[in-house]
Amino acid sequence: MIELTEVLVLAALLFCISVAGIFINRKNVIILLMCIELMLLSVNLNFIAFSHFAGDIHGQVFVFFILTVAAAEAAIGLAILVVLFRNRNTINVADLDSMRG
Amino acid sequence: MVALYQVMAIYHFGRRGVCLYGGGYVEQERKTKNWKLKMLEQVVFYIFGAVLVTSAGMVVTVRNPVHAALFLVLAFFCSAAIWLLLQAEFLAIVLVLVYVGAVMVLFLFVVMMLNINLAPLREGFAGFLPVGLFVAALMLTAMGLIVSSDHVLPGLPPAAAQPPIDAANTELLGKTLFTEYLYPFEIAGAILLVAIIAAISLTMRKPAAQRTPKPEKQVVVKRDTRVRLVNMESASPPEKGDSGGLSQRSQGGKQGDNSD
Repeated sequence: MIELTEVLVLAALLFCISVAGIFINRKNVIILLMCIELMLLSVNLNFIAFSHFAGDIHGQVFVFFILTVAAAEAAIGLAILVVLFRNRNTINVADLDSMRG
Repeated sequence: MVALYQVMAIYHFGRRGVCLYGGGYVEQERKTKNWKLKMLEQVVFYIFGAVLVTSAGMVVTVRNPVHAALFLVLAFFCSAAIWLLLQAEFLAIVLVLVYVGAVMVLFLFVVMMLNINLAPLREGFAGFLPVGLFVAALMLTAMGLIVSSDHVLPGLPPAAAQPPIDAANTELLGKTLFTEYLYPFEIAGAILLVAIIAAISLTMRKPAAQRTPKPEKQVVVKRDTRVRLVNMESASPPEKGDSGGLSQRSQGGKQGDNSD
């Protein structure tokens, strides 16, 4: 029998790995987008675990909406990435300083 | 346990007869089987969890973005398996179909389409590694403290006391989605439509770069602007017997070259 705590610890591990990935891959936009996907995955895992152990379907409905928004976000993010690469010929975050940020 | 069942059987023997001993034995057999099944469930969960964490680690550390995308596919597959264990069948299938089938293919497509020079992207990798590990360890400690404390998750009775969701998962989810969450569902559809339009309009090249016909210029065209008649001498006299066809003339030119 899976315990709730085990699933929560697994999701926390996944979330921390993706946060560390954002810190150590802060020059590559593609890997950053992948890390965001991993974060959303761990949040979804939490929702499904609570939905299972509380016997409540509403958590899964939330996962459905998160999946929808994440798919839209990935599509728009990759489209922006393609336009960026076409205009600047790089995806290095350090080179994207035209707004003096 | 066997001794306990024997004692129980002997206690009931006088009242109900021999059959109860057999019933108790079957009951014990069933409980052992159930226990083995639960054990198997946990083992499967741990295997998939280990593969999930490993592939997530590979996603953030591997050098090639294509490999990172493929490890992300593996991570999605493993979490779909874990969702199946948690009785969320519909969402597990949706995860495989939508994410592995569409979003990750999009990622792979973009990664392979862009010709990226990887060397400058890896420059600060080792430098940021300690910071990343420190932040991750800090967050993991905080989350572990929250998860391990008992009074943070109130109102959730132990898992054994929960009534299982008896209806089919897909049916229940559909009923909830189309009654209670109908309005958010339509908003989600609108968000997807906006995403489609945004992605297409972002990546579509400007009309000037495309070679599109311009009807307003086509209709004002005069004959003089397109056709120019030139008087010129013929380059070589026609061969004897030729009727003047293009192919024959070129053949004649070839023969002349050979003879020279």
